Amino acid sequence: MPNTQQDAPGRFAENILYFARALRAAGIPLGPRSVLDALEAVRAAGVGTKEDFYWTLHAVFVKRHEHSVLFDQAFQIFFRKRGYLERLIAMMSPEMTGAPAQTPEEPQASQRVLDALFAGAEKVEREQQEIELDASFTVSDREVLETKDFAQMTAAEVAAARDAIKRLVLGFDNVKTRRLAPHPHGHRIDLRRTLRASMKGGGALIDLKYRGPKTKNPPVVALLDISGSMSQYTRLFLHFLHAITDARKRVHTFLFGTRLTNVSRALREKDPDEALAACSASVLDWSGGTRIATSLAAFNKQWSRRVLTQGAVVLLFTDGLERDPDERLEFEIDRLHRSCRRLVWLNPLLRFSGFEARARGIRTMLPHVDEMRPIHNLQSMRELCEALSQHGRHADPKTWLAGAA
Amino acid sequence: MTQKILPVPNSIDDTLKLLSAADYLADRSLATVLFLALRMGRPIFLEGEAGVGKTEIAKVLSQTLGRKLIRLQCYEGLDVASAVYEWNYAAQMIAIRAAEAEGKQDRSQIEHDVFDERFLIKRPLLQALEPDTAGPPVLLIDELDRSDEAFEAFLLEVLADFQVTIPELGTIKAERPPIVVITSNRTREIHDALKRRCLYHWVGYPSAARELEIVRAKVPGIGKKLSEQIVGFVQAMRKQDLFKSPGVAETLDWATALSELDAVALDPATVSDTLGVLLKYQDDIARLEGGKVKELLDQVQAELRAAE
Repeated sequence: MPNTQQDAPGRFAENILYFARALRAAGIPLGPRSVLDALEAVRAAGVGTKEDFYWTLHAVFVKRHEHSVLFDQAFQIFFRKRGYLERLIAMMSPEMTGAPAQTPEEPQASQRVLDALFAGAEKVEREQQEIELDASFTVSDREVLETKDFAQMTAAEVAAARDAIKRLVLGFDNVKTRRLAPHPHGHRIDLRRTLRASMKGGGALIDLKYRGPKTKNPPVVALLDISGSMSQYTRLFLHFLHAITDARKRVHTFLFGTRLTNVSRALREKDPDEALAACSASVLDWSGGTRIATSLAAFNKQWSRRVLTQGAVVLLFTDGLERDPDERLEFEIDRLHRSCRRLVWLNPLLRFSGFEARARGIRTMLPHVDEMRPIHNLQSMRELCEALSQHGRHADPKTWLAGAA
Repeated sequence: MTQKILPVPNSIDDTLKLLSAADYLADRSLATVLFLALRMGRPIFLEGEAGVGKTEIAKVLSQTLGRKLIRLQCYEGLDVASAVYEWNYAAQMIAIRAAEAEGKQDRSQIEHDVFDERFLIKRPLLQALEPDTAGPPVLLIDELDRSDEAFEAFLLEVLADFQVTIPELGTIKAERPPIVVITSNRTREIHDALKRRCLYHWVGYPSAARELEIVRAKVPGIGKKLSEQIVGFVQAMRKQDLFKSPGVAETLDWATALSELDAVALDPATVSDTLGVLLKYQDDIARLEGGKVKELLDQVQAELRAAE
């Protein structure tokens, strides 16, 4: 930046500090350390051309590929002396913000950057379809609560269910990893511990110690349908996923309706209400239609290789009512099935006792899942937790196909 | 190995020159990150699709700066014993027996003798902290995403302070920090705490002009027309909706294969026969079967003709 060169050094540092703050507000997590790093980097590289300055700051401030876009926009706006106001007005005009569904990626990102840079200049009200759950919770009949459909619960019952979900014990399955840990009956001799133990006794006795494979919970990837037909369930499912995310390390959650949104970070907030608010802020397609095939395709292409490693279990929450099922749906669900260790379909439609797999979308997807389970009340959630920890095969999807044939 | 330590580049332009001297044609953005990393003594974290030349950067750095290249290939279950150090237990046991035979009684003395540097087997990370006559070595931590979180956490100490702690010996610190290059294919997210200590760069696919330069530098003797067609075709392919787009490594493999086959220009039959060099998923190959290859080829040829 040629024009920053003439500024006094203090002024220049200040500029970088403000820029870092703008980036932080735009959603790039930056600590004070990175500001110091940036100053050091700029000093090392010297302020040459705009391009070099750009990449110097980029090297320090951007730690994720996704953040490049935010950085780029913030940089363009922040370090542009002339004409930025016109651009700002153009970007904030109703034509741009009024049609978020058609232009999903960029206007949203710009909005975040603009909000960060000019906070207070113009408030962007995001519609939050928050259900107020302020009813005081009294201990209701647990039996009734256990089996009551989530869709038919009153606000008080929903609150009670939330508490119950929080208490669900997630005794998930353990898988063997390739890492070894001390083990009393392991199959490999742990020479290091053997020698140390024998040194303690003066080296006369050699008492063999062993190591065995360490076990670990596999990662969980949840794909949650948030279309209109699922709307009565999504909130409680999100609470359920928040509870899992809280209890375990590797949980990734994606919401999909007409497009796919990764809300794993939002769900990591400790407080469930804050987590859910953060979720709704990042999703644009609440209660719209469903495009399962498109969403699965997006997941397979962009995320599957990033989150489905190390034997992940996929929980697919959907009613399977695809708008227009075709061979693409079959292709994508098959690919998803082949890339994970276990694919569990959680379908709230199974609450109806006379459920038959008649819808074409459901018939297409069933052969490619390892399990299909109901998930419409607390009892079914509890059963899911148990089933996941037992390698249970008692929810074989083929029985549904046979029944409807 | 030379005794004189080759200096690190002084500017971004120098860095670019240094890289191109080893036939690595980099974008200015990458050169900036490398320059800063060398200058500030920080690790470089390179992320990108497979086959875009991430690992190559470490090799080129070691080659052009005349440094030793120490490579640590990550895998699931990688532990301290195979990444940092291991004691030579057999030799230790012999030493204990020998001490006993000599009639030594002092237990703490035996323990002290046994946990001596003589019995230490140094693995890559420890080797990288040792001084070298040619200057601090280049430490390549390859495909970090394949290791598990536990190992990643262990790396924090190494990367922040360039030191490791061995309980029996104490802390070993590098006099001069090695040049650390970490690569990841993004099969999982690396924790922010680790990334924070590094300079991050996303290595993308090169532009057509850049890729053409790379092909001509790396596959000597390739015809002008053929190389243009190859690059045009690969670039067109990356715009298709493929599960795995071909990387630069695949382009180079393909160019080598075609020049070995003495091809002068691309034709649909040759492309279909050699498609396996470029695409590694059956679905992707199936997508390009039928008239698709010819269609793409015609498009590339029309573009090349228009550019002339």
